[in-house]
Amino acid sequence: MAAKMTLIGGRSNKQGTSLCASKFGAEYIELSSTVEMNLEDMARLGLTNDSKVRLRSAVGEVVVRCKGRQTKDLPPGILFMTYGPVSSELMSSETAGTGMPISKNVEVEVEPVLVPASDGG
Amino acid sequence: MGENTKIVADATCTFCGCVCDDMVLTVDLEHHRIIKSENACVLGKAWFKEHGIEERPYALIDGREATTEEAVEEAAQILAEARFPIIYGLSDTTCEAQRVAVAIADMVGGNLDTTTSVCHGPSGIAFQGVGESTASLGEIKNRADMVVFWGGNPAEAHPRLFTRYAVTPKGMYVPNGKKDRTIVLVDVRRTLSTPVADIFVQVKPRSDFEVLWALRALVKGRKVDPSVEERTGVSLAVLEDLVTRMKSCNFGALLFGMGLTMNRGRHFNSGALLALATDLNEFTHWVAKPVRGHGNVTGADNVVSWQTGFPFGVNFARGYPRFNPGEFTTVDVLARGDADAALIIASDPASNFPKAAIEHLKRIPVITLDPKATHTSQLARVAFTTATYGISVAGTVYRMDDVPITLRPAFESPYPSDEQILTAIRERVRDLLGGNRLPAGTPLAATVS
Amino acid sequence: MISPLRIVNGRIYDPANGIDGVVRDLCLQDGKVVDEVPPDAKRIDARGMVVMPGGVDIHCHIAGPKVNLARKVQPEDHRQDVHLRTRVTRSGTGGTVPSTFTTGYRYAALGYTAAMEAAVTPLGARHTLEELHDTPVIDKGFFVLVGNNVLLYRLLQEGRREEFRHALAWWLSTTKAYAPKLVNPGADELWKGERNANITSLDQKIGPFDLTPRGVIAAFIETANELGLPHPVHIHCNNLGHTGNYETTLETMRIAEGQRAHITHIQFHSYGSVAGKSGDNPTSQARVIGDFVNSHPNISADVGAVMFGRSTSMTADAPLAYMLRRFGGGKWINADTENESGCGIVPFTYQDRVYTNALQWAIGLELFLLSEDPWRMVFSTDHPNGGSFMSYPRLIRLLMDAEYRKAEMAKVNQQALEHSGLRDCQSREYSLYEIAIITRAGPARLLGLTQKGHLGAGADADVTIYDEDPDKEKMFSTPRYVIKDGELVIEDHEFRADHSGRLFHVAPDYDSGIEKVIQPFFEDYYTIEFRNYPVADRYLHAHQTIPTAPQAAAATHP
Repeated sequence: MAAKMTLIGGRSNKQGTSLCASKFGAEYIELSSTVEMNLEDMARLGLTNDSKVRLRSAVGEVVVRCKGRQTKDLPPGILFMTYGPVSSELMSSETAGTGMPISKNVEVEVEPVLVPASDGG
Repeated sequence: MGENTKIVADATCTFCGCVCDDMVLTVDLEHHRIIKSENACVLGKAWFKEHGIEERPYALIDGREATTEEAVEEAAQILAEARFPIIYGLSDTTCEAQRVAVAIADMVGGNLDTTTSVCHGPSGIAFQGVGESTASLGEIKNRADMVVFWGGNPAEAHPRLFTRYAVTPKGMYVPNGKKDRTIVLVDVRRTLSTPVADIFVQVKPRSDFEVLWALRALVKGRKVDPSVEERTGVSLAVLEDLVTRMKSCNFGALLFGMGLTMNRGRHFNSGALLALATDLNEFTHWVAKPVRGHGNVTGADNVVSWQTGFPFGVNFARGYPRFNPGEFTTVDVLARGDADAALIIASDPASNFPKAAIEHLKRIPVITLDPKATHTSQLARVAFTTATYGISVAGTVYRMDDVPITLRPAFESPYPSDEQILTAIRERVRDLLGGNRLPAGTPLAATVS
Repeated sequence: MISPLRIVNGRIYDPANGIDGVVRDLCLQDGKVVDEVPPDAKRIDARGMVVMPGGVDIHCHIAGPKVNLARKVQPEDHRQDVHLRTRVTRSGTGGTVPSTFTTGYRYAALGYTAAMEAAVTPLGARHTLEELHDTPVIDKGFFVLVGNNVLLYRLLQEGRREEFRHALAWWLSTTKAYAPKLVNPGADELWKGERNANITSLDQKIGPFDLTPRGVIAAFIETANELGLPHPVHIHCNNLGHTGNYETTLETMRIAEGQRAHITHIQFHSYGSVAGKSGDNPTSQARVIGDFVNSHPNISADVGAVMFGRSTSMTADAPLAYMLRRFGGGKWINADTENESGCGIVPFTYQDRVYTNALQWAIGLELFLLSEDPWRMVFSTDHPNGGSFMSYPRLIRLLMDAEYRKAEMAKVNQQALEHSGLRDCQSREYSLYEIAIITRAGPARLLGLTQKGHLGAGADADVTIYDEDPDKEKMFSTPRYVIKDGELVIEDHEFRADHSGRLFHVAPDYDSGIEKVIQPFFEDYYTIEFRNYPVADRYLHAHQTIPTAPQAAAATHP
């Protein structure tokens, strides 16, 4: 069962500091592979913190881990990810003649990823 | 302080567009490390801490170690032979290097673009339509009694925008700092910036344009239908209150970020905000400013503008600069598969660009200049290791408000600067081409319009 | 190694040395005019040609933060006027605000070899120097905006004149400026601090300061003269563009009281009003203004003529730009600089059918034609405010060719002509000698550039050679040869080589103790560090410091 949500890419303190160290470092990779989701939405989808989800946009899909947020901080239906190679996978190259691809409010379908007991990844 | 440490005062942090020049760095000369960076925010501290001298090859050609000279030769050959070479990046290097990059693009008839095209390019486009009422950051510090942050999260991207420039500091006509200011934050979600605001306006995603346009209407005394709340998530009462405050303050500032440019509407959003600031000047003094991301993206805008007349997305193939966002901006050039060679300077598009663009980058010869390994350097045919600007390289950078600042590097680096490499490439390309390349059909004699 | 040159058979116009169309040899060696060169020196046969010193533009806007904003905001201005690269020269774009390479090449292509950027904030000085470095061929300098400087105001209002003098010298020296510039003194504080208000009178209080524009102007004139600067205070008077403003201009000139002062783009400050009707259309008071300049040798001016067609208004006079915007209704830029200045930019078109524009055009011509001393009423269009520098040849033709001028007068708004005095001075025609004065010798002398604007031994070898032509616009549009520092940069109308000019700047002495006064102000009110503010020498490149001649210790001031 996939839910339609809106993904916003952005910066964060940790993203900024970890990219200074290295984009190939564990911290940056972990950060840029995490999506923040509204806790009520997570409950509806049967997700808990660190659960894997598949995000699918018109041009690509990625598998990331989720992290819950209260409604007062992140309204239902909205997702947040820090910029990085993972979030870029979902970005269309269509710029509407402006040069700027959209990386905020990207429509995505969200689907829990069911994994076997041994974690592949 | 040991024998091998020194203090560099009045140094400049170039992590973000705040370009704070009050850094006091304690430098371990023996290990080429900055062990303390007083006045830096958390991002600046990481910037200084993590940029030392890494043991890396001077250059790589097809993944093999090479000397800088060998790599210059290879890069020059690639650029001289290419029919649609592109140069991209430039926001994390000095103006001196940027000027050489534009010279190379002019020489080979290439495409020249900077990270502006995927950052505040839309604001630049809006600027060309509307203009902009703006001010240097010190005016905001000294005079602004109302500051509106729109579509940005300074607490996590520009921390000292709050603490050094626009919220906390005491100013000439704002003697009590934050207490004398009304801070408004407009965003779709709560962030770490929200607690700083006196008024938080939560808008529905993709409705910034409508909110801004409704504000413009109210400023001009027009009626706005209460159904605006359904559309935008913001009630008419909140909008009216905002407008009353904005019209009655002494000096207002609107600081805006990617929430406007990277969103549905793009330059229409930026244009609406700039127009709002202009409209408010009927009543009192208002300025607006796009909050710039990288340390010297403003320098890139300035250099490209003064050398070509246009700020980004410039193509020299016909023998003169042409500007057309959507045609000559890098995401589009790559996604269309037009480029046949790329010189990427101090930027990592393989990490940040849409997939279709990255796929094409993988198909063409790429030359990178970067102090660190990046996704782009990993797919490059020629990858130069360079010294980091501001930390090891001197030069000029421009703060987000166009104030030019001279860097004070902390320690020397064995690696060459971007400027040195680009200059060597330029000289070699000039040899290979016998001067600037002239497009077919150009009169042979030198022309002066 | 640049070979020595001998220019033969040309008719030389060198007013500084009294030479009026004499055919004689001109010898150039090692970048200078010399009396003789070896017999094997390269010869240029200038038969049928006119030889003049290179042009000197005393006031234009070509480099820096303000110019770059104006450049960036109007791609449509550049799109139709491109500048191709050659094997040896860079490409660019034109329009009213050309890119830097194009600016330098086009000035050179008109026969100009020096230009002064007229208005730069201290905070922006570094930017201006970078742009000037990318402006080829011509020598250059800039005027630094000090007339609304907050710390200088504080020193003045506290009566600290000694410190005011040291601080002004400090600002000139540390920014590498050429001269001090005043723009609508007092207005900045009202614009930023009083909800976009403006100065309307020389005797009004400047916001929170216990100062008036009159007092500020007097102090700057006096102090600049004490410092013995090569060029005095360069003043953009209050009330620019307003009907009846000629009185403000007269008063401002009177403030100088015999001391040197330069009034810039004086055309914009020469408006009267129809008797008794202050809100109405302006009229011309060029005769009154011109008479004052004629009879007061301490005053100099550049005309700031208006030329029909596209222009870009770019000025440190922020309230003026805002007012202009209301007429255009299009894009507008405002840019405040902390503690220093304002800035406003508005694209603008002057139309011959519009009353005010036609009047402005007529007043500019009147000022030239009524001038009894061309050494002190020199050539400018306040590029690009009154018109692009590319219109200089047409303006020269308007001054030299009464028939042409008459035909142009017939095309403009006739009511405007009625309210000007242009018909009364219509018969005068400028000679080549006089043109050489207002475009070369005069500006060089006013700027105190003793080695420019003339062709006597020791002068810089900056020479322009024009084919003589009855159509003066054509003649001055395309010099056949342009020589810069003795190098043949343009030969047979084409660029032979790229070339870099020099920056001219002053370095008046100051008591370094003044830094103890300035630094605390920085720490409180600026957002850059004090130590990072002065411009490092690395931005100078090829440069020359022009000496100052400070007067004997100034009398004490009340």
